Amino acid sequence: MGTPVIKKEKPISAKEYCKRYFGRILRSWSLVQGLSVTVRYFFEPSRIVTEQYPENKKTLKMHPRYRGRVEMIEDAEGNNHCTACGICERACPNGSINVLATKNIAGKKVLGRYLYRLDSCTQCGFCVESCPFGAIRMNQDFELSRTDKAGFEMILNKKEGQG
Amino acid sequence: MNSSIFIPSVTHPIGDFIRSNVPIPELAFLINAILCIIGICVVAFGAALVLVYVERKVCAHVQCRLGPMRLGFHGCIQTVADTLKLLFKEVYAPDGADKFLFYLAPMVLLTAPFLCLCMIPFDHNLQVANISVGIPLIIAVNGFGVLGILLGGWSSNNKYSLLGGLRSGAQMVSYEISLSLILLFIVMMAGSASLMDITTSQSGTILDWWIFKAPGIGIVAFIMFLISSTAEMNRAPFDIAEAEQELTGGYHTEYNGTAFAMFYLAEYINLVTTSSLATTCFLGGFLPPAIGVAAVDHALAMVPGLIWFFAKVGLMIWIYMMLRWTFVRPRVDQLMALEWKFLLPVNLLLLAAGAVFLALGWVLP
Repeated sequence: MGTPVIKKEKPISAKEYCKRYFGRILRSWSLVQGLSVTVRYFFEPSRIVTEQYPENKKTLKMHPRYRGRVEMIEDAEGNNHCTACGICERACPNGSINVLATKNIAGKKVLGRYLYRLDSCTQCGFCVESCPFGAIRMNQDFELSRTDKAGFEMILNKKEGQG
Repeated sequence: MNSSIFIPSVTHPIGDFIRSNVPIPELAFLINAILCIIGICVVAFGAALVLVYVERKVCAHVQCRLGPMRLGFHGCIQTVADTLKLLFKEVYAPDGADKFLFYLAPMVLLTAPFLCLCMIPFDHNLQVANISVGIPLIIAVNGFGVLGILLGGWSSNNKYSLLGGLRSGAQMVSYEISLSLILLFIVMMAGSASLMDITTSQSGTILDWWIFKAPGIGIVAFIMFLISSTAEMNRAPFDIAEAEQELTGGYHTEYNGTAFAMFYLAEYINLVTTSSLATTCFLGGFLPPAIGVAAVDHALAMVPGLIWFFAKVGLMIWIYMMLRWTFVRPRVDQLMALEWKFLLPVNLLLLAAGAVFLALGWVLP
């Protein structure tokens, strides 16, 4: 620790002192500027950003960039673009993803089950960034709490991959 | 026994009715005194309940939030719930605290705002005590505030409390000087130290209020009053006594439950008294804001003075709240420099300028 060094101020001339003193008084004009900002905010209720969450559950729209849980991009028939390459599995920093591949009739490697564990996922989005086929995305779902641990482990794909 | 103490100084329909119908003057005095106590308590506690809510709402809207919204319409009974919670908490003092002073401090602190409220004229005949030395008495009674905070900080046996208490003592003693000088300025202008006389000296139009009546210097005096009274109330931006970020709450760190509620109550009643003082001294008290047009003035005069008074007090409170949620807290040395290097010289100059204005007859009587 040591003793604190007290910096001695250099003596200043009376003229310099007056300059500083009145300069400080003149600069207090900025207080009025600050006050004008807060008064403007006070009288503009449209600026309010707080959400009344449980009441506006029906109308609440999540921000488009919000990262909820991972989901698979599927078309109307439930087909996905996943090729079971496993890049997302390797990109995941905490092992929340397991891509279980299988073989189709033609003997080609396709996606069997896409295992995703929400309880260990940190919503970092590395899997989405790393996917070369754009097969997964983070959705806007933010009510992720469950009463049962089993619900956290989910299979994201409905159908086997087409490859 | 000298019965002159029972002679009332303020006439009021209810008071006069009791005085003329109760045979024993002492009993009539007692009934009137109890009525006054009830009235003051209703104003004080009612205002504190409302103001805690209003403060949270103003703060929220300045910061683009909504504030309390759950309990009642827009959270309007939130304060009642908070008060009940505080009242039902266990009261205990920290180990090693001076128990007697620890519990005495909030009570001492509460005396000052209540005594001040007694001298405020709410309407033509709605005043508990019309004292001819009202302003000096208010200045004197404000000392209880310093005492309460110092006692609370000292007796808590906590370094944060002690630091907060000492800081606050230094601050309040310093700013009391400029506050007193401003009040003296008003006393000089009005020619009387009685709050009722100060109010009636402003009768006429808006331009007869002391903020405008003394050309130029009235507004300067009002701004000086705003600064020094904010410091006197220990409100932000001069809340270095509490300074949550550095002192975890200052002098009331160790208080909880009812004692803490009393500190909180004193803070908000102080807000009401100081706003009332500003209203009485600068904004014409209970007088309507007449503009000089006979028809309009007649309509304005129909509204009871009580409503005008509380409308003006509300405006003052709103100004204090906006100041609180806009400005940042100065350092201790900056705070002292502001008082001793800026406010005090300016106030002395103001006092001299007021005397010159009066001597030259620039202030209309």
